Amino acid sequence: MQVALFITCFNDTLFPDTGKAVVKVVEQLGHQVIFPEEQTCCGQMHFNTGYQVEAMPLIRRFVEIFSQYEAIVSPSASCVGMVREMYRFAAEVHQDVKLADEVALLAGRVYEFSEFIVNRLGVQDVGAYYPHRVTYHPTCHSLRGIHVGDAPEQLLRAVRGIDYVPLTQSTECCGFGGTFAVKNADTSMAMLGDKIRHILDTRAEVCVAADNSCLMHIGGALHRQRSGVRIAHLAEILAAQE
Amino acid sequence: MKKPESVIIALAPRFEVGAKSALQNTQLRRNMGKATQTIRAKRAAVVEELSDWESLRVAGQHIKDEVLQHLDTYLVQLEDAITQAGGHVHWAKDAHEANEIVTRLIQATGAKEIIKVKSLTTDEIRLNEALELAGITAIETDLAELIIQLAHEKSSHILVPAIHKNRSEIRALFQKSMNLPELTDEPKELAAAARQYLREKFMTVRVATSGANFAIAETGSVCVVESEGNGRMCLTMPDVLISVMGIEKILPRWQDLGVFMQLLPRSSTGERMNPYTSIWTGVHADDGPQEFHLVLLDNGRSDVLADSVGRQTLHCIRCSACINVCPVYERTGGHAYGSVYPGPIGAILTPQLVGMAHADSLPYASSLCGACYDVCPVRINIPEVLVHLRGKVVAEKQAQPKSWFDGENIGMKAMATAFGHRSTYEFAQRAGQLAQWPFVHEGYIEHGPGPLGKWTAMRDFPAIPPQSFRDWWRERQRDE
Amino acid sequence: MSNSSRNAMLAKIRTAISNGSRGDFHEAHTNAAYLSNDDENIAVRIDLFAHRVAEYKAWVGRCKADAIAQAIGERLMIRGKKRIVIPSDLPASWLPTGIDFIRDAQLDRAEVAGMDGVLSGAALGIAQTGTIVLDGGAFQGRRMISLLPDYHLCIIRAQDIVGMVPEAFTQLETARRNPIQPYTFISGPSATSDIELNRVEGVHGPRTLDVFIVG
Repeated sequence: MQVALFITCFNDTLFPDTGKAVVKVVEQLGHQVIFPEEQTCCGQMHFNTGYQVEAMPLIRRFVEIFSQYEAIVSPSASCVGMVREMYRFAAEVHQDVKLADEVALLAGRVYEFSEFIVNRLGVQDVGAYYPHRVTYHPTCHSLRGIHVGDAPEQLLRAVRGIDYVPLTQSTECCGFGGTFAVKNADTSMAMLGDKIRHILDTRAEVCVAADNSCLMHIGGALHRQRSGVRIAHLAEILAAQE
Repeated sequence: MKKPESVIIALAPRFEVGAKSALQNTQLRRNMGKATQTIRAKRAAVVEELSDWESLRVAGQHIKDEVLQHLDTYLVQLEDAITQAGGHVHWAKDAHEANEIVTRLIQATGAKEIIKVKSLTTDEIRLNEALELAGITAIETDLAELIIQLAHEKSSHILVPAIHKNRSEIRALFQKSMNLPELTDEPKELAAAARQYLREKFMTVRVATSGANFAIAETGSVCVVESEGNGRMCLTMPDVLISVMGIEKILPRWQDLGVFMQLLPRSSTGERMNPYTSIWTGVHADDGPQEFHLVLLDNGRSDVLADSVGRQTLHCIRCSACINVCPVYERTGGHAYGSVYPGPIGAILTPQLVGMAHADSLPYASSLCGACYDVCPVRINIPEVLVHLRGKVVAEKQAQPKSWFDGENIGMKAMATAFGHRSTYEFAQRAGQLAQWPFVHEGYIEHGPGPLGKWTAMRDFPAIPPQSFRDWWRERQRDE
Repeated sequence: MSNSSRNAMLAKIRTAISNGSRGDFHEAHTNAAYLSNDDENIAVRIDLFAHRVAEYKAWVGRCKADAIAQAIGERLMIRGKKRIVIPSDLPASWLPTGIDFIRDAQLDRAEVAGMDGVLSGAALGIAQTGTIVLDGGAFQGRRMISLLPDYHLCIIRAQDIVGMVPEAFTQLETARRNPIQPYTFISGPSATSDIELNRVEGVHGPRTLDVFIVG
């Protein structure tokens, strides 16, 4: 299968290793990865902050660039959620029926990385080896936005050598929320404080998630506290080998 | 007569300002954390019991959709049915009109004192203040409302207005205001004190006001859902009953109660059924008040109805499940929302009722985590409405010339332009890699400039690596 | 108020209805196939009802139809209740000797409030939620008499217990009178969750609720 990688501007710029890991895992499973280089940003930050007029060209651009691919995979549940859940709404806000139709055709072919591996490819064990104590934070958009279910946990549990520890109150938001983290920094930090406490309680070496944006938030506090706990995108764990 | 304020927010500070002071109150955070964790677990347990919960939610949504699509018809049908059953229906386009109607009806009885069943709608229109100006004392009879009234505070939760107070704080309040120095902080004893305090009022006051949870268009029946029996007292004992109801609270058919009386108690107090529900139709011979008035209140609701995305907000049955599950509300409490409607539902309802200019910080009082949508018994897509309202806030801001100097606006527009083409996007990427060097320390930015500073005040920010993913991809393509 | 407010409101609502429609973007309604009745036999249903009522910290007992008076007498003895208000149509055959029963023939509120308790029948029961419904019908009387006394002994016939909430509303609709009667749904003794969100029994309504299922 040809798989078009939707890297997201955020991962492209700040977390290139996640993209490399996705390429490695998908290719190892025998599929061809294509990277449409015209891609930039899906428009999520603008749209969700209220800059909806500014987001529209980005949304139309994304639809144009990715419409031709059979499967589009992204290591960001939140950007996948934008395309699958919010593009229809964006089309409605701008009363663009044509865009709505195009989105309806495209949305079903856009996958978050873990749901693509588990649900589309039917694979749980990707042959990874990662001898570390790991906990997993299900990000809001992966859990409630696009309903990946337990696909990430299935993949993690199949990793050889891993010491997987579940997180207490895992389904609670870490307080990132895009511009929320800046606009409501105090509340965001109160939420993050509780999340960090639960992560430290697991005595994990690494905190894993399906969104680098939330991980950046969590990792920002872990690093500030010199906690020694690292963050890693799920794809990077699955790409690790002996 | 001085006119009372008819808006919900009277000079409330922006959400983030109110939140900051709330977050510093450690007692409040302990009380809120304990209460929200308790109610979440209770709700989850009773929802789990019903195999058809999701179908009930869909049914609730559909019924409400139908109500709103034919609201004019159902309101007229309700009016006819109530009138036939010996009741009177009044129409109030705003808070001011509603307060005038209620005041006039009470004055006609000559009463100087009324008893009240807890009602958000009457809180919204500030009925108590309006009555006070007319020399009428309104006595709140719900335990939590009584606590708030005795403490001269504002509600912090739509269902449990005193959720921010723990038992020892309530004991201290009752000891003082009821003159009961021996009172302990046993909840049973505190409830008994309230029973004794209000009994005489229930036996003697001739006029009551209430809200309404539901009104059935086909029969003219009005329904109040409660726990303590103060509702039954107010609905049964006085001679005159005046109920104030938002126009959206209507249900088409009697049978619809079979859906909503499952959704509401489980979502609300996390019980299979609340202790008491009263349903009455007009007046009943030899049983209860012999004069009944229903005031139908618009007060901004028809504006919400006219907004295709915002309209779903009117599905709300005021259960408070979204409030209880909200991680933001859990940390800040209700007062930060500056409205009788706090939490996620407040963040979407308040700005729509009073206008963005008065409440433009509320649509941003959410991390869009989606927990509210998951628990909403009538499937209001709260994150969708929040994003929709953010769009309105920005549009209103951009319509003003001062937005030309607004940093966020300038930055967002610049980024959108850069993201519009691959070349400008890649240029911006490289510019970021170069511009960050004065701030980077061992792979992290600990003190960022400009808006990044708000982030790095509390957490570190990762440095932009020298090679982007696309650079790596191109290198890899070349090597192959 | 004036007709002008009424007409203005209705006109505004009508405009809003057409302006606020999602039109082409409206999501099609999916099937909402919620359950409207259970398939349980009467014995299971009665057990569930008894169990769920008891979970509200009410006392629940069973008795045969020909032993109602004796059961009531024993119960009131245990509770120490001597002066009991009863609806005017309550059958004499229910009443044991040795207790002072006062029929409600327009008693005033102080008299009702002064009673030790109330004895009543019920319109129906809902097993799923442990709810008793009163509709002012046979053996139930005015709303006031089941509200003011601090103790309520309620007698419900086994055949009047339905499985689920929607069934209850269907049954009440079938039994609707003209003019429509008032309804009171009772699930346990009066309670509040206003103190730290814990349910505490006993505020303004009867603080003690005893229930006999007959048959």
